[in-house]
Amino acid sequence: MKNILQKLVTLFITLFCISFLTFTAFSVIPGDAALSRLGKDASPEQVEALREELGLSDPLPVRYGRWIGSALQGDFGESYRYQNNTVKSLISHRLPVTILLALISLCIILVISVPLGILSARYSGKWIDVVSTQVTQVIMAVPAFFLGILLTYIFGLVLKLFQPGAFIAPSENLGASLRYLFFPALAVALPKIAMVVRFLRNSVLSEMEKDYIRTAYSKGNSENAVLYKHVLKNALIPVVTFLAMVIAEILAGSIVVEQVFSVPGLGRLLVSSISNRDYPVVQAIVLYITCVVVTMNFIVDVLYEVLDPRVRV
Amino acid sequence: MRKHLLSGITVVLISAALCACGGGKKNETTAASAAQAAPAAAETTAVSAAAETKAPETAETGSNSLSAETPVAGGRVVFGITQDLNSLDPHIDTDAGTRDVVFNLYEGLVKPTPTGDMMPAVASSYEISEDAKVYTFTLRDGIKFHDGTAVTVEDVKYSLDRYAELYKGTSAFSIVESVETPDDKTVVVTLTESNSEFLPNMVVAVIPKSNVDPAGKPIGTGPFKYVNYVPGEKLVVEKFADYWQEGLPHLDEVEFKIVPDVETEFVDLQAGTIDIMKYMTEAQIQALGSNSDYNIVESSMNLVQGMFLSNTYEPLANTKVRQALCYAVNRDEINQFIFGGKSKPAGTHMIHAMGSYYEPATESVYTYDPSKAKELLAEAGYPDGFDLVITVPSSFSQHVDTAQIIVEQLKAVGVNASIQQVEWATWLSDTYRGGNFQATVIGFDGTMTPSDWLKRYTSTASNNFCHYSNEEFDKLFAQAYAEIDMDKKASLYKQCEMILAEDAAAVYIQDPVDLVAVNKKFAGYTSYPTAAEDMSLIYAVN
Repeated sequence: MKNILQKLVTLFITLFCISFLTFTAFSVIPGDAALSRLGKDASPEQVEALREELGLSDPLPVRYGRWIGSALQGDFGESYRYQNNTVKSLISHRLPVTILLALISLCIILVISVPLGILSARYSGKWIDVVSTQVTQVIMAVPAFFLGILLTYIFGLVLKLFQPGAFIAPSENLGASLRYLFFPALAVALPKIAMVVRFLRNSVLSEMEKDYIRTAYSKGNSENAVLYKHVLKNALIPVVTFLAMVIAEILAGSIVVEQVFSVPGLGRLLVSSISNRDYPVVQAIVLYITCVVVTMNFIVDVLYEVLDPRVRV
Repeated sequence: MRKHLLSGITVVLISAALCACGGGKKNETTAASAAQAAPAAAETTAVSAAAETKAPETAETGSNSLSAETPVAGGRVVFGITQDLNSLDPHIDTDAGTRDVVFNLYEGLVKPTPTGDMMPAVASSYEISEDAKVYTFTLRDGIKFHDGTAVTVEDVKYSLDRYAELYKGTSAFSIVESVETPDDKTVVVTLTESNSEFLPNMVVAVIPKSNVDPAGKPIGTGPFKYVNYVPGEKLVVEKFADYWQEGLPHLDEVEFKIVPDVETEFVDLQAGTIDIMKYMTEAQIQALGSNSDYNIVESSMNLVQGMFLSNTYEPLANTKVRQALCYAVNRDEINQFIFGGKSKPAGTHMIHAMGSYYEPATESVYTYDPSKAKELLAEAGYPDGFDLVITVPSSFSQHVDTAQIIVEQLKAVGVNASIQQVEWATWLSDTYRGGNFQATVIGFDGTMTPSDWLKRYTSTASNNFCHYSNEEFDKLFAQAYAEIDMDKKASLYKQCEMILAEDAAAVYIQDPVDLVAVNKKFAGYTSYPTAAEDMSLIYAVN
């Protein structure tokens, strides 16, 4: 309990630091929210008026104080770029899409990588291992955007399994939405699968060399029994950490994949908000991402305690 | 290559013919109604002069060469746009990308035609006094807003006043003395001084006075009415059944789909998700192949693309140096390399589409001549060249590509140029506003008012970001601006343009070609010389 409390405090300190850093970063880099919205034909007076209206002329600590004050009350303000739109509505519109994408990707990752990783380790040096090692090597080397384009080309334009660009919101038609999201999820999942497979394989192999395994064998256990009862339990611990980071990464929005597949998720919103200097939106998304990462770490810590009794003090 | 070119030309001819066809049918096309309206406005020297001199660019061929494709009523078009909309409030001055789209929702007392003239819209006719100080508009009978209410002169006055309040400091509305409504059919706009080029400013959208939220709930008189807008995703509009132009629009619904990534947009086009895509590259057109489902319409971006030079950077304050750069840059090579030679060369800060206001002689002031460039540099005291940083906004690939070619060309004359790519927001604040640059490659758009294009070169203009100053130019510009006689005005502006060319105010490169892919299921795509994507003329073919 004390442990959890301590971690919660750390969480809040982290959130505070990160939000202040992003806030400061945006006042240091060139670019101006008012100017970005008004474009190059606006007069200096108009820009000044809008800056005044958005409260951009106040000094940094004042602006930060104002922001954190309302953020603590759950109010993230209005978007600079999209008048009449609250930050909350912009994000809550996209969050389900990103979460759905993350869930599907996670399913694909788990379903493919865990069996493949174990098989690779079990038949280490055999053809299945060689093939999987080579293929994962290639997949990891391919940049995400290229993989995305390749998948849209093959599944969208050649096989016509989905229509690129014709994304349907989950609120409109969940089935159609899931069907479309499967392909971007695949693009998100493939590189991660490659990493998890390698990670799991190496983890299992190094565990196999440990002394207790020899003992397990000498007790008369079959290879399968040793693998699933003894090795896997220990080999999975580092993999869980890795998977947690993967989940955090996907939940933060897969910028490139969302772009390539025209999926209106958080990643796309983040990119456009940065280039529009839409600070309230950027701040909120950064806060969300920080939350996700810190929470995932927290969950991993708890899981560790469950999986590995040694961690419990 | 040649085959592509030929098919491209055919497509242009076909689409031109289609536009013309539309006029022949019962549909009252924009061009036709403009012609009808001109005589209605008596004593309107301004209108007729403009109409005569601006040669129609698209609707030249009038033959019915495409009887096979018959228009079908209804249908839904998805139009791809790479830039999100800035605001749906028509009085918030925004970027050309937004104006392109909201053109379909709103109309002013007058609206532009594809040939760049002004045709009556919310007004059914207008009159301009001899001294070009009083503009009198007659409200169109029975014209309605999207919500079904009738447009009143109060709405017109409200709209003009609202716009004037927002932009009186910077726009032509600074010379509006009053907007009056003597009766319920007439709106009189009085100016503080004579201005014969004021009419295009009357495209300011007429919106209902009763609407308290024009950005969130847009209501206008345009051919399409607002359905919904999802930030970063799409704007959907539907046919306005009570639109005043009989037979328009043809389509039932239009979706403007926001796809920020050009490659993704191209995939969406191939997949049939998007029906119309602008700014196609040569490579994309070749990728579509000959048996494609798309017609390629060639039009113009209506930009003055150039390398703009800061006079605060010492070497560039010297006219000879600027002229040397003009000789050193090979415009044909840039055009050939990036646009397959289809762009129109530029020699001054004015586009071809401005017709009688455009001085074609400016194009040939400089020819590619590296040795002449070296000579001029030596005369100016830079025999070994100088360092030059060219700032380019990274999101505009055509400007980045252009800058890269320029760097190589300048090397040949000893100028050591390098490229600094910046984000668009940085370009706006640092380069454009802050004047913190030596040279920058960018394109400028404008309105149908000639002074809009040239004013930025006057010494005191707030948007004179090059800090260019030329007394003779200032004098001629002031004269041209005040001139009432349209012929004299045009000739004075042309002299201004010539000064910019000869004085090498910037290295003017081109008005880039705009290649638009249109799904063969649709026809009637018409390009405008101003920011307008008119969806009302598009129709489905069977």
